[in-house]
Amino acid sequence: MSIPNQSKISAQHVNVWYGAKQAIADVSLDFGQDHVTALIGPSGCGKSTFLRTLNRMNDTIAGAKVEGDITLDGENIYSPDMDVVQLRARVGMVFQKPNPFPKSIFENVAYGPRIHGLAANKPQLAEIVEKSLRRAGLWDEVKDRLTESGTALSGGQQQRLCIARAIAVDPEVILMDEPCSALDPIATAKIEELIHELKGRYAIVIVTHNMQQAARVSQRTAFFHLGTLVEYGATSDIFTNPRQERTKDYITGRYG
Amino acid sequence: MLALFLVIAGLGLIGWLTARLRAVSFRRGSTARFSSLPSHFGGYVALWTVLPAALFLCVWSATSPALVTDRVLHDPAAAQLPPQGFNRAAILSEARSLASGNSFGAFNPLSKKLAPAYAAAQTRNDWIGAAIALLLSFATGGFAYTRVRPDFRARTKIERLMMAGLLAASLIAILTTMGIVASLLFESWRFFNIVPIGDFLFGTHWSPQVIDPADPGKTLGAVPLFWGTFFIGAVIAMLVAIPFGLMSAVYLTQYATPTARRWMKPILEVLAGVPTVVYGYFAALTVAPAVRDFAVSIGITWASSESALAAGLVMGVMIIPFVSSMADDSLAAVPDAMRDGSLAMGATASETIQRVLLPAALPGVVGGVLLAVSRAVGETMIVVMAASGVATLTLNPFASATTVTKQIVDLLTGEAEFDSPKTLAAFALGLTLFIITLLLNIVALTVVKRYREAYE
Ligand SMILES: Nc1ncnc2c1ncn2[C@@H]1O[C@H](COP(=O)(O)OP(=O)(O)O)[C@@H](O)[C@H]1O
Ligand SMILES: [Mg+2]
Repeated sequence: MSIPNQSKISAQHVNVWYGAKQAIADVSLDFGQDHVTALIGPSGCGKSTFLRTLNRMNDTIAGAKVEGDITLDGENIYSPDMDVVQLRARVGMVFQKPNPFPKSIFENVAYGPRIHGLAANKPQLAEIVEKSLRRAGLWDEVKDRLTESGTALSGGQQQRLCIARAIAVDPEVILMDEPCSALDPIATAKIEELIHELKGRYAIVIVTHNMQQAARVSQRTAFFHLGTLVEYGATSDIFTNPRQERTKDYITGRYG
Repeated sequence: MLALFLVIAGLGLIGWLTARLRAVSFRRGSTARFSSLPSHFGGYVALWTVLPAALFLCVWSATSPALVTDRVLHDPAAAQLPPQGFNRAAILSEARSLASGNSFGAFNPLSKKLAPAYAAAQTRNDWIGAAIALLLSFATGGFAYTRVRPDFRARTKIERLMMAGLLAASLIAILTTMGIVASLLFESWRFFNIVPIGDFLFGTHWSPQVIDPADPGKTLGAVPLFWGTFFIGAVIAMLVAIPFGLMSAVYLTQYATPTARRWMKPILEVLAGVPTVVYGYFAALTVAPAVRDFAVSIGITWASSESALAAGLVMGVMIIPFVSSMADDSLAAVPDAMRDGSLAMGATASETIQRVLLPAALPGVVGGVLLAVSRAVGETMIVVMAASGVATLTLNPFASATTVTKQIVDLLTGEAEFDSPKTLAAFALGLTLFIITLLLNIVALTVVKRYREAYE
């Protein structure tokens, strides 16, 4: 099941174990450069686990083991030559619960550029911060209070701050793990709008348990069940005309 | 006295048994539900039999000596007693010892004459006390027994008594502490009547062995002690404890495998339980000579064998587990999401620790360090064994320095009258130390608490 043309990330025969327990079994998926790809499936089916293989965040979990080939622009991200620091700068991540650092709004966004040395001087850094906050649709709300703590913002603003923080290192891919599940409907709508605007500039992979959201924001949808990939295709096809019985059961709410 | 207690306990037992029997008998043949079991009735009656009488006996034994003395003073022989004063008290106490058989010789013939009166009054009082206690026991026990009826809620009453008992137990600790503080305040007040408070707090010369009665404040300036305490406990010890404690906490929370953590954390905690006197040996016998030899080898020939450095180093080692466990708690309280957020930005583990975890944990760490300082400042055994008794105002870690706690011990272990400025100075020092550590603890706990709330 691959999407031809400009695939940015390609995962082939991926297996993941937590200790002796297999969480992902033989999943192969290609992510298009210009697409928003949604990963859906019942809770515990391995969506987060699979997402975290794409920027090697599973490395941080003791006992987690990943097998298979995952390439970014054709380069194997699990090869010994791959620099994890660089990889994570290229593949950014936004988490389920907004997790701004307990620092100022400015410092939150400047965090990545600072550790990766992206700005030669202060004005340049300020420029990156402003650009990222603008792209995340947060600039107008925070431009007068950049020195205030990021944790003082509302939940939706915090999540957009985290998106700005990810954007600030100029990634190629952005992974989002249920980015709206802790937000109210209005904040959710703002994030979805933002995803629309970011589409095309970054390849986006979003995990969601909200099927309407998947239908609204994505062009491709992958349905996971019990650690396996059941069906992958254009979002419109998955939702109107699923080929697999299990997919149909899930999207019609037979189980969840 | 002991026999009396046994008798009352026996009465309690009888009360328990009879009340139980009665409860069993009215439960038999009845199908109603009772709020209390027979043992509750038994317990209720037993407590009412024993507690009031026991309380009375405690009060009685506290007031009885005064009553006895009062009676003895009405004896004709007492007319020969000298009026108020030391002699009068000495004779009376001698007579008391004679009467109770604790002493066989008497220096004063008068006390021998008073002894029989004492013995008589004592016996009389004992009998009165015993009679009242037994009467009370019967009365309250009997009253409780009459209340043993099916609808009586003995269970709730016992519950209330338990609560009262627990409350009393917790009040005892608080009241005792308050009593100690009060006596500290009182003795210090006496001290400051003799020595001006300004001389004590700001004077820089401390040598309590030579006190000029005309101007006692001249040699009782405590600044060198405060400085020594600060230098050893808050500077040298913290220079050891903060870096090592922090690093071990970072290792344990961020790098150690679960197995390593499972081993190392308890070991560190055991270190915190090593008696300080053991650290004291180590400081005095091993570290102090080594420090002196080292100082001599680098050319400081006058280095003290009781250097501030030796005591401070060992104290620092003693505090490491404490700092480590406080820092460990604060680091563990930083949500994992912070760490993940930083790692996902491409930061390495050590960048994440420096830039995100430690700043986030900082208030907790600072609070922990303040608590550690307060412990180090009050620590006694190590400095008693390893620090010098000479108070010097020095910045040199190889020179000798002394601390407040060490001086308190020295002041009180010599032979001295109990109201000389020298002895009273110990109380003033104790009070100052108490206030300092109290303030440190309040600040530290406030900081720690505020920080805990931030992540809830
Ligand atoms: N850190 C972990 N250690 C052990 N098991 C895990 C861990 N994270 C997830 N799992 C297990 O892996 C499976 C997939 O989890 P996850 O990827 O979080 O599912 P989803 O995101 O689809 O809800 C679940 O059964 C979960 O219990
Ligand atoms: Mg998940």
